[in-house]
Amino acid sequence: MPAFRQGTDAEIAGRIIGFIRHLRNNGFTVGTEDSGRIADHLAGRPLLPIARICMEMKVLLTGNREEWRHFDELFEAYWLPAGRVRTNSVRKSSPHAHNPHRQTRVWRDHLGNQQDDPGEVGPKIEFEEAGQDVCGEASGRLVAARQSVNMKADLKHFTDPDEIRAAEALALRLARAMRYRLSRRRRASANGPGVDLRRTIRHALAKGGEPIDLFRQTRPDRPVHIVVFLDVSGSMKHYSRFFLQFVKGLVCRWLHSEAFVFHTRLIRVTDPMRDHDSVRAMTRLALMAEGFGGGTRLGESLATFNRSYARRVANSRTVAIILSDGYDTGAPDQLSAELERLKRRIRRLVWLNPLLGWQSYAPVTAAIQAARPHIDHFAPANTLESLAAIEPELARI
Amino acid sequence: MTAEADIRSRLERVGYVADRGLATAMQLALSLRRPLLLEGEAGVGKTATAKALADALDTRLIRLQCYEGLDATSTIYEWNYQKQLLAIRVREHDQVTADIIEKRIFSEEYLLRRPLLEAISLERSPVLLIDEVDRADEEFEAYLLEVLSDFQVTIPELGTIEARTRPHVILTSNGTRELSDALRRRCLYSYLEFPDHARELAILRASMPDLQEALADSIIDFVQQLRREDLEKKPGVAETLDWAAALCGLGIKDLRDAPSKVAATMICLLKTERDLKAVPKETVSRLAGRAA
Repeated sequence: MPAFRQGTDAEIAGRIIGFIRHLRNNGFTVGTEDSGRIADHLAGRPLLPIARICMEMKVLLTGNREEWRHFDELFEAYWLPAGRVRTNSVRKSSPHAHNPHRQTRVWRDHLGNQQDDPGEVGPKIEFEEAGQDVCGEASGRLVAARQSVNMKADLKHFTDPDEIRAAEALALRLARAMRYRLSRRRRASANGPGVDLRRTIRHALAKGGEPIDLFRQTRPDRPVHIVVFLDVSGSMKHYSRFFLQFVKGLVCRWLHSEAFVFHTRLIRVTDPMRDHDSVRAMTRLALMAEGFGGGTRLGESLATFNRSYARRVANSRTVAIILSDGYDTGAPDQLSAELERLKRRIRRLVWLNPLLGWQSYAPVTAAIQAARPHIDHFAPANTLESLAAIEPELARI
Repeated sequence: MTAEADIRSRLERVGYVADRGLATAMQLALSLRRPLLLEGEAGVGKTATAKALADALDTRLIRLQCYEGLDATSTIYEWNYQKQLLAIRVREHDQVTADIIEKRIFSEEYLLRRPLLEAISLERSPVLLIDEVDRADEEFEAYLLEVLSDFQVTIPELGTIEARTRPHVILTSNGTRELSDALRRRCLYSYLEFPDHARELAILRASMPDLQEALADSIIDFVQQLRREDLEKKPGVAETLDWAAALCGLGIKDLRDAPSKVAATMICLLKTERDLKAVPKETVSRLAGRAA
């Protein structure tokens, strides 16, 4: 940074680097060249009003809507330490931000990180106490999350690493089955329907301009898009954890995919599921999963989806997969209406119901009855075999 | 006058009312010569921004509308095959070698310039609008990155074409999918919200100077409140202007005067069946009453 060499300038340079680190800590993707750019930009000019500097830095340093929304707060927190920033800096010093390892222990086994020993109870309790002492409200969240982990902890066969790996492998196979579909783009091929004029003319030259060899092009297959809705309500507690793995495999493998979990609300979990840093991924899921294991309101959750996400996420190549047992406490009419709206935006709707695999079970709940006309494929999903059985069905989409 | 105020007043002269944030973003994009990525809901005026910038700089606007399956042939260049075939035919009986024919039919004369190539081969920097870049595929996005960083295009038969001037690039996105971080980092970023009351009023006054002040005010009040309702598709700025024109055409002087007429004009603002049903006549008169 040649612009800042001495005196106060050097101080400002240090502050700018600090600010960029501050942004990175808050999840911004900011490269080193950005800091250079900012320095260049601010150097050699009279100091501008702070609001204007904020605006300029915002344009230079943000890259998406989230960052755009939060930038002003972060800017104030860093550059105007006397203002309303106090609350922010307090939050920053909570164990939340500083001790990611503490809270992730809670989530490590929930997401099936195998090295964690389920019998290791002592340290968790210690953490719980520490959390309550230090950060009040924020720790309450973590305790709640931890309890819902405990509710699932007795499901020994789902913590078995082999089974988890099998689920992930299956998700990958499922993904592969749906991988390539129709497209509007064309590419060269031996015998397609359209003539590839470019190559034909190129080769015609050698024959004195006579297009003797006709080269053809065809449409390459293109991936379908997947949207998964996972029911994490109380009635699904025996399955949701296993399905979470399944969804994770699907979302990680699949570029065009979105994952949502729902109980009484709908939460988008695509980004935490995809996070390569598994520690951070679990931290983020933990914060989002407040209320895991409550009741189900599928109708309302789908309404949220239709209102806020469908326009971005759903298109004519989208397959929506709902993983739910259909024990819905919402109004069946609403569910039916929302499914109808969803169906208008997507290609196919698949409902995987774990209870369908039970011998004595009949899908007679009001919710299922209301949903039935809109479902393209209704299948059981209580075992790995039953999940594998839907693969050919999905491949036909 | 600061550079930002300068760009603002230039935009204002061509009838575009920019807020400070957007003016700053544009001014930075111009001075740093970097692409500007605009995001925001449909109807907040992303495309209009590019048009206004072209007008303000008094330069050409080259627009590339993205769609799924968009590829290099329709964005950069294509050979004029029909013309090439004809040229080959015409020269059939001349005693010329294949080499000469080849040189001839792969010359600039037979080249069809598509938006990206055209944008870098003009004498005066145009404004290049890459509209709804999120609708194009990832492959295209990667290609776009290359063009945007080097501003040169390689055509195998002709060689590399370097940019004569760098275009001012504006990308817009509706968020149908996430753009890659690489593309985002290469661009300056700005998120556009629906204009606030004062700005939308200024926009309306700029495009319809004859409109009565009281009516204009209540129109904007009405639209701003309508956006707060639970709608599938919120009315954009263009819809506001359409609606104002419709009200003028019907000779309505006050929104409260002719509730049924006003309700009938809702088709200018609400574009889906569900939204039309969600805002019945009663709601219209309620909003109109509050707006006036």
